[in-house]
Amino acid sequence: MTTTTIDDAPFIEPSTRERRNYLNDEYGVLSWLLTKDHKRIAILYLFSVTIFFVVGGIFAFLMRLELLTPEGDMFTSDTYNKLFTLHGIVMIFFFLIPAIPAVIGNFILPIMLGAKDLAFPKLNLASWYIYIIGGTFGVIVIITGGVDTGWTFYTPFSTQYSNTHVFAVTLGAFITGFSSILTGLNFIVTIHRMRAPGLTWYRLPLFVWSMYATSVVIMLATPVLAITLVLLMVERTLHVGIFDPNLGGDPVLYQHMFWFYSHPAVYIMILPGMAVVSECVAAFTRKKIFGYKFVAFSSLAIAFLGFLVWAHHLFVAGISVYSAMVFSFLSMLVAVPSAIKVFNWTATMYKASVSWQTPMLYVLGFIGLFTIGGVTGLFLGALGIDVHVHDSYFVVAHFHYIMVGGTIMAYMAGLHYWWPKITGRMYPEWWARLSALLVFVGFNLTFFPQFLVGYVGMPRRYHAYAPEFQVLNVLSTAGATILAAGYLLPMIYFAWSLKFGRKAGSNPWGAVGLEWATTSPPPKENFHETPVVTWDAYDYPAFLKAMRETQHV
Amino acid sequence: MTDFPLFPEQASSVAPLVDGLYLGLVVVTGAVSLLIWFVIFYFAIKYRRRPDNELAQEQEPPAALEVTWIVIPTIVFMLIFVAGAWVFFRMNRVPANSLEIYATGRQWMWKFQHPSGQREINTLHVPVGRPVKITMASEDVIHSLWFPAFRVKMDVLPNRFRTMWFQGTKVGRYHIFCAEYCGTMHSGMIGWVEVMEPTEYQRWLAGGAEGSLASQGEKLFQKYACNTCHMDNATGRGPVLSGLYGKPVPITGGGTVVFDDNYIRESILNPQAKIAAGFQPIMPTFQGQVTEDDLIRLLAYVKSVAAPQSGTTLAVESPQSVQQSSGAVPSGTPAPATAAAATPAPSAATTTNP
Repeated sequence: MTTTTIDDAPFIEPSTRERRNYLNDEYGVLSWLLTKDHKRIAILYLFSVTIFFVVGGIFAFLMRLELLTPEGDMFTSDTYNKLFTLHGIVMIFFFLIPAIPAVIGNFILPIMLGAKDLAFPKLNLASWYIYIIGGTFGVIVIITGGVDTGWTFYTPFSTQYSNTHVFAVTLGAFITGFSSILTGLNFIVTIHRMRAPGLTWYRLPLFVWSMYATSVVIMLATPVLAITLVLLMVERTLHVGIFDPNLGGDPVLYQHMFWFYSHPAVYIMILPGMAVVSECVAAFTRKKIFGYKFVAFSSLAIAFLGFLVWAHHLFVAGISVYSAMVFSFLSMLVAVPSAIKVFNWTATMYKASVSWQTPMLYVLGFIGLFTIGGVTGLFLGALGIDVHVHDSYFVVAHFHYIMVGGTIMAYMAGLHYWWPKITGRMYPEWWARLSALLVFVGFNLTFFPQFLVGYVGMPRRYHAYAPEFQVLNVLSTAGATILAAGYLLPMIYFAWSLKFGRKAGSNPWGAVGLEWATTSPPPKENFHETPVVTWDAYDYPAFLKAMRETQHV
Repeated sequence: MTDFPLFPEQASSVAPLVDGLYLGLVVVTGAVSLLIWFVIFYFAIKYRRRPDNELAQEQEPPAALEVTWIVIPTIVFMLIFVAGAWVFFRMNRVPANSLEIYATGRQWMWKFQHPSGQREINTLHVPVGRPVKITMASEDVIHSLWFPAFRVKMDVLPNRFRTMWFQGTKVGRYHIFCAEYCGTMHSGMIGWVEVMEPTEYQRWLAGGAEGSLASQGEKLFQKYACNTCHMDNATGRGPVLSGLYGKPVPITGGGTVVFDDNYIRESILNPQAKIAAGFQPIMPTFQGQVTEDDLIRLLAYVKSVAAPQSGTTLAVESPQSVQQSSGAVPSGTPAPATAAAATPAPSAATTTNP
């Protein structure tokens, strides 16, 4: 008797009805722009966030070029200040926050739940249009001269001193926030109400748990950003005196309000990354995630604790010694659930069947880089060290390890992992592995020197710097070049694969999960028959058995 | 390019503490990170997918493992918190015998004023081995005064005085950076701190100044006619300042406020905010009339007048207030030596105090 391996497990393979899928169901521009299909909306988001990613990347690269030499010799100071401001605004508000939830989450979440669509398809489409309107403000600001406040818009600089397009860009961020809120709302309702028969909470893939936590944070935090930005716009135009010391206001109040959103926003960016990583670790080790419930609840713990640590951005900004201590303490606590995840992912690989395919390479990179990003967060949470490294390149390196080394690595892993499902085609594996390697090497070369130069004393947002910082900055720019190549490659081979990639089949990875039980690309209604779930998440033997039975029916 | 430091100069009393904590964390977190990477790569290679290893060998998670890696990191994180907080406390407790210097940040320069009246821009001269307390405010946006070699930094705010301190331990010339983004020339808002031998510093101080900070403040006190209401020989329309510094003042509507730098500042710029009990809210605001520099001079003068000791009395000080203050400071103590702390005595004090 031959042993059945997972690769030749008898899944439903194309027959006549599989020829129709969400991509060829309708044609024409309007069928895309007016679609209510979550999968098509995900594709719309994919195009839009990719454009913003390229724009934000160009800003970053121009900054790195300027920083090759200590003198400010390539751009004027004003131009440089606009570059880092726009880099931050574009990357955070228009790329990182929507990237994983709105692209991968939109596409995969309903399929993972065995649902036909999200709970509110029209709201889903509306969220994309709102995002585009907000993004248009961003683009207009970029074209008409930019903004120079830093992405944090600190008062009173943003309200009284900057004469750039502060109003328009904060309005853009304000509008885009509603897009996030609608997506979060849609996910929460969908997860509560639209799970397939048998899909209980503890049978949910960890992706869903993490997306749920993300959505809760989005729903609770984003309104605070909206309020803050409205106050900022009101203050800037009408001078009502909320943040203006001359009128009795307090500029530090703005920082409290801003970070009350923007610290949880860090978790809006990283939790979806963790969501993708949990899926990929399970799929490429062919194993249940070790400590499923711990990983699931650690997402909720992060979401909760994430609301209690905002003032660790303000240790030197004007809070009392005692409140600094409280926030330092809480910041240490929020590191615990992240550590739990890293340990569990690692333990999952024990006695596993580890594949070295591209998504797993990105995931290994994620775990390594997120670990560095996490432990350097401990440095910043420790009060005595934060006083020195606050607002230095140490901080810049830290949050790039989390957001680029974490979130973008996970986003790339997710794109590669679900690309066969999204397009029905495989990307070229060799090129993809090369891109993963380039991104990992380039990333470390770019950002590791920044830890060093930050501790030596280089402040962030400096157009010109002291000559002794140059060597480390040259390394950093060299790394950025490699990193850029690493990001360009996938754009090319993904496009190539649409026409030339080999057909993927339903389940090219031999992974478990409802999304692999339907055809690639999925039909418009996701499943030909509503699936009934009888197995736990990542339960390989049970899933295989269920699939075989479905076939024999 | 020849000069290529990977570690900053260590030139203050807290710098070794910060560096010790930093290097300790580098060792601990570095070891843990390396361990995690090693385990990941070991597993990834040892359990790589092979034809006889298509499916993982299932294993049940022992709950003890989860508890271990929740409890141990939590304990380690708490130790890090305690160590960080301890260093932070040291950074924030200003020694009593500090030399008091005033700083003003504005787009895009640093201005420093010494108690004896010297002023300097983008350069700060301080003596080695003596704690230096910097009281600072901003004239416009938020800045941040950073001395990397001293490992201290603090944001400079436009609406209040804040204080930081350091004690230089090594003669030399070190960077001053603005660390909070403040507009076009943010990266040009830089300077040097010169840590000098005390004798050198005295010689430097001796080079011309237009009277001590407090005496400059006294002129302003008269110029703005503060003295018509706030002196003992005045009309009684405003509270007499003598001996008030550092003491709680009852305010209208109940409660008290400590008569400190920020209360003095607020009372000049926004006098209606907290009115001393028993007085009418008749004082006009000086917002927009008094520059930040003048505010510092006025502050220095008011502090010298309001100092709670008998040694630095001015002629106008009433017997009553001397009586009050003698309660706070043991009588007979030579004032400038012990209590120079928060109160730069007029002119003579700093030059006689090494």
